[in-house]
Amino acid sequence: MLDVKMYDSKDEIAWCPGCGNFSILPALKQALAELELEPHEVVVASGIGQAAKMPHYITVNGFNGLHGRAVPPATGIKIANKDLNVIIHSGDGDTYGEGGNHLIHGIRRNVNIAHFVHQNQIYGLTKGQGSPTTTKGQKTTMQFDGVRMDQLRPLALAVSLDCSFVARSFSGDKEHLVSIMKQAITHKGYALVDILQPCVIFNHVNTYKWYKENSYYLDESYDPTDKVAAFQKALEWEEGVPLGVIYKNEKPTYIDGVPYLNEGPPLVDRKWDPKEAEKFMEDFR
Amino acid sequence: MKYNILIGGSAGQGMDTWAVLLEKIIKRKGYYVFSNKDYMSRIRGGHNFIQIRFGTEPISSHDPKLDIIVALDKNTIDFHTERLQENGVIICDQAIEIEDKRVLALPLKELAKELGNPKVTGTICMGVVLKLFGMNFDRVEEVFEEKFEKETTELNFKAFQEGYEYAQQQFHIEKGGEDQHILINSNQAIALGALAGGVGFFAGYPMTPFTSIMTYMSEKQEDAKMVVEQVEDEIAAINMAIGTSYAGVRSMTGTSGGGFSLMTEALGLAGIMENPLVVANIQRPGPATGLPTRTEQSDLSFILTASHGEIPRMVLAVRHAEDAFYQTVRALNLADKYQMLVIILGDQYLSDATETIKPYDFSKVTIERHIAGKESFKDGEYKRYQPTEDGLSPRIIPGKHRGQIVLTDSDEHNEYGHITESAEVRTAMMDKRMKRMDALKEELIEPDYFGVDHPENLLIGWGSMYGPLKEAVALLQEEGISVGTLVFGDIYPLPTKLLEKYSTTAKQILNVEQNYTGQLAKLIRQETGIHCSKSILKYDGRQMCSHEIYSRVKGEVL
Repeated sequence: MLDVKMYDSKDEIAWCPGCGNFSILPALKQALAELELEPHEVVVASGIGQAAKMPHYITVNGFNGLHGRAVPPATGIKIANKDLNVIIHSGDGDTYGEGGNHLIHGIRRNVNIAHFVHQNQIYGLTKGQGSPTTTKGQKTTMQFDGVRMDQLRPLALAVSLDCSFVARSFSGDKEHLVSIMKQAITHKGYALVDILQPCVIFNHVNTYKWYKENSYYLDESYDPTDKVAAFQKALEWEEGVPLGVIYKNEKPTYIDGVPYLNEGPPLVDRKWDPKEAEKFMEDFR
Repeated sequence: MKYNILIGGSAGQGMDTWAVLLEKIIKRKGYYVFSNKDYMSRIRGGHNFIQIRFGTEPISSHDPKLDIIVALDKNTIDFHTERLQENGVIICDQAIEIEDKRVLALPLKELAKELGNPKVTGTICMGVVLKLFGMNFDRVEEVFEEKFEKETTELNFKAFQEGYEYAQQQFHIEKGGEDQHILINSNQAIALGALAGGVGFFAGYPMTPFTSIMTYMSEKQEDAKMVVEQVEDEIAAINMAIGTSYAGVRSMTGTSGGGFSLMTEALGLAGIMENPLVVANIQRPGPATGLPTRTEQSDLSFILTASHGEIPRMVLAVRHAEDAFYQTVRALNLADKYQMLVIILGDQYLSDATETIKPYDFSKVTIERHIAGKESFKDGEYKRYQPTEDGLSPRIIPGKHRGQIVLTDSDEHNEYGHITESAEVRTAMMDKRMKRMDALKEELIEPDYFGVDHPENLLIGWGSMYGPLKEAVALLQEEGISVGTLVFGDIYPLPTKLLEKYSTTAKQILNVEQNYTGQLAKLIRQETGIHCSKSILKYDGRQMCSHEIYSRVKGEVL
């Protein structure tokens, strides 16, 4: 195991005191240290939001892009260099709202990346508006009479798309979170992890206490390879929020499907001389 | 000597396939060829046509006067006969009722039926066309062989011979020279330039008229060991390409119309991250869906400032297929050198205009990546945005140096890439990013000039107006009119030397553009204070030809 201090960043943290993100950051460092991944071997990509500030608070390669657009650059980075371990950290607004289309097709593309969603069921950075996962009817700083839309079940969406790894964890249980993070990072394929993370300022419904009282751990009798059972499990919320690996399907990744990427060197190491393209000109003779 | 053939019909009649074969045969016989397409945004029906112009001298644009019309339907005759020369020929099926002494009505459908395949109607017409010009069978079979399997080749050659027998020579043309050319359109040239220039990753979403760039690269990706990815939308395309660029791969994306509008936020991302990126925007008439399959030069004003905030950017317009190849390679090198966004502008006219040009010289193509190594962190810690005199910080590839990380951000950031709101750092970072424009200005390419040394009438255009303007000036000069034209390829930053030189003596400066607002004229006024006294503009989705410019200059200006 590597020294977790190696990942410390000197950047000043802008999260609110008590924020669930404070537990996710050390869990990530712990997971990387246990997996013995050095800072230069890892890229954390993000969109915009409180969760998306993660690249600044950890010393690994970082790509802090546009709101909702964490998935495309992360995908690109992995395609460019399959040797890098690419991890997305972004919130529920970024991933399930603004970036919904990219999530759908990122899952379909099945590039080998781990996607950690800091799920607090509210918009934090913009001060408390409803997110796609806010409970229907909940009053917010924008939806004064309550959210009118149905609450998204992101993990059911992921299972329906046959996402190759789908899990949920809770920022209040570091041991569980580290374990899930490690499984997601080492899993070959797109790994979506929904991390319950209370927003202590703007979400007064889904608090630490609420998550603790309303969640339960999947036990060993649960079979995460059964897709239909996984879909049912992923729909569960009001009756109890399941924590653990919900669905797993080992299948070829995007890079597995491109033989010269799979067998050859990383794309970034491709050697190319312009003269090699001269043969293509024959098409136009 | 120049001749002009029009092939018209409805979508789904397979004209595209055999028109390409006909072009190729004429080209192989040693003639110069220029063809362009006019088609509707539909898969079946409507009216589409292709014009093939050929001759013994170089040709750089289309021409309205027709020598042969191959009419696969009645519409073609109704729409185009007006443009047919007195000694011209209309080839059509005998079932089409038309009274015109120039009609050569043949039992096309019947013959095709006898041959056993209705699809060979076109090939029969091809035989007729070659006979009308008195061309022999040389090179015909080889072109079929390259395109078809053995059986289909035999069938088509037979159909060709049938057609050949049905006609008499009508035109007495000069013999072609030795075929030393390639026949290519500007989209294919951009794609070939991108492949030669070492693009390792290309992301895009199909959109007319851009699509053929991506199709060609996709066909070659395995051979070139690069990756072409069709993504969910143009937002993903550009963001993914910025990701691959960050990771060290030479990257490119492309689109048209609305797709470019979708990309705009990420243009700024490339700018603030200082990630090299080349974006090809193949223009079509807007706004919104506009005229999807037609041509316009109306994205220039938008592109100059597209994306909120201010970023360094370069905009260059391709002018013809030769230019498109070399400019794409140059765009890639400049993007890497200055760690910035370079936008290539094309349009539908050029994307579908095939021309004979001299083969590209691949020995002239270089790949200049400007990737830094260990020397960039000799003080211990690598800083992605390390201040430097010219504003360019050494760029290393993430993951390649143990103990060093690369942090990049869409927020304003300090030298490490960390978010900052410091007024001093913000100012320093804006200065750093914009400063590279000064160096870039030193290596701009001046516009091409055609005409007399001291023109009284100066025509100014850009991009695809190259061919029509060049030919229009020749037509005007034949009448002794004092005229010249400047055609811009590099547009932003605007090269001003030749503009200033010719505008001082010109009595009239006219901008000739394929848009409503005179976008190049606006840019010229903004950058130099030079006013164009008159405009020749067109925005009906159809490319101006030299004759149109000629008559509008004479009618509206002189």
